[in-house]
Amino acid sequence: MKVRIDPQRCQGHGRCYDLAPELFGDDDEGYGMVLNDGDVPPDAEHAARRAVSNCPERAIELIEENQP
Amino acid sequence: MTVDDRFTRDFREPRDDQPLGTRNEIITGPVADWATDFSHFEPEWSADPYRIQDDLRQRCPIAHTGRFGGGWLPVRYEDVAAIAYDTDDFSSRSIIMGNFRPPVEIAPIGGSPPISSDPPFHHDARKLLLPAFTKTAVSRLEPATRAFCHALIDALQGQDVIDAAHEYAQHIPIRVIADMLGFPAEDGPQFRQFVENTLEGVNLPPEERIERMQSLFDYLLAQIRDHVDHPRHDLTSFLIDAELYGHKLEPGHVAGTVALLLIAGIDTTWSAIGASLWHLACHPADLARLVADPGLLPTAVEEFLRAYAPVTMARLVKHDMHFRGVDMKADDWILLSFPAANRDPGQFDRADEVIIDREENRHAAFGLGIHRCVGSHLARMELRVALEVWLDRIPAFSLADPAAVTWSSGQIRGPRTLPLRIG
Repeated sequence: MKVRIDPQRCQGHGRCYDLAPELFGDDDEGYGMVLNDGDVPPDAEHAARRAVSNCPERAIELIEENQP
Repeated sequence: MTVDDRFTRDFREPRDDQPLGTRNEIITGPVADWATDFSHFEPEWSADPYRIQDDLRQRCPIAHTGRFGGGWLPVRYEDVAAIAYDTDDFSSRSIIMGNFRPPVEIAPIGGSPPISSDPPFHHDARKLLLPAFTKTAVSRLEPATRAFCHALIDALQGQDVIDAAHEYAQHIPIRVIADMLGFPAEDGPQFRQFVENTLEGVNLPPEERIERMQSLFDYLLAQIRDHVDHPRHDLTSFLIDAELYGHKLEPGHVAGTVALLLIAGIDTTWSAIGASLWHLACHPADLARLVADPGLLPTAVEEFLRAYAPVTMARLVKHDMHFRGVDMKADDWILLSFPAANRDPGQFDRADEVIIDREENRHAAFGLGIHRCVGSHLARMELRVALEVWLDRIPAFSLADPAAVTWSSGQIRGPRTLPLRIG
């Protein structure tokens, strides 16, 4: 699983880096950034989903990778 | 180095070439029908705007008023969001819905950038402020804020009844913003007066309204001049030194932004702290749960922000148009109610209930789109710390007298009198 932030939508509410600091950080202006290229380790999947479902701008995309 | 003489003259003196704004007849008194005659300054609205908004959502859903020279009130989340995102059709050149419209020529800067600004200027004016208000930057203010909250409660020891709005909540943002701007903390009572005048003095006679706004800017100008003479490491000195497009900011931009930070930083956070304590005083089960499990507080804070969002914004319609079933005219107001959006059952499950462990919460308490509250990280820090300290020090309390609770009127909603019985 991966997460991606749409920089056109992100307004820096910061819900993602509040709720999932292991997956998201903020830049110098408070906009959200993904950490580790957006890779979501299995134990952080719940946090990733919470970040998605609490972003007021719907700026976070969850990419479920297909199983081989 | 040249002397900074931007603030030596009163930059507000009107010039002959400046266009004037327009004033309309002031209409007050009981509302006939909320769908066609709404007013956010009548007592019924202050007492319980949610019942009115819920009713309008069923039958309008965009209400109209002839008051304030004409305006609209959307109450569905999707309509509020559409307007917040649409800066082509709606201007922020005034964000307080009242009886005066500043001239169109004031756009895209407006009187208090960046909240009053439209694109493209908005982006650059906002960019100046963002670094000072990131979560990391405001976290540096947390220890002092926490110590101040404790000091407030120390001073209230022994009281059976505490007015949590007056004796606790209001002091916290006043102190925080005074420190950030580098204004004397003892001027706090004056700030409160400025805030009331700006946000609640909307229906005063024009002369009185102008005089009161002048007193705010007289004060700010004195503070700015003092900072020009004695620069410090604070936001006021930062704005005096800041440059945009290779030039120092216009004096009106500096004063307008300082006014914005002072006014917007106080009433809003005061309201959020007060409304949260009011909720806990009325809901002993939620109070007991939070005292037992303080780790739940950050989630509860978001729910309080959703259910009791203190801030309603305003916009001005840019041109005549048909919008989602209604015919809007240029210069009609939009009362942009984020509180109403936050209680739309079309957007939130059990929208009318306060669920302090709500998992999914895309609330719009800090707005949506380019005008997202620049102080949202600061407000969240203050609200969380104020509640943590209160619950730690005063874990048991209830409403002393429900009938004595009073709420503000206008666009910022929160308790202004909140007597709580301790113990």
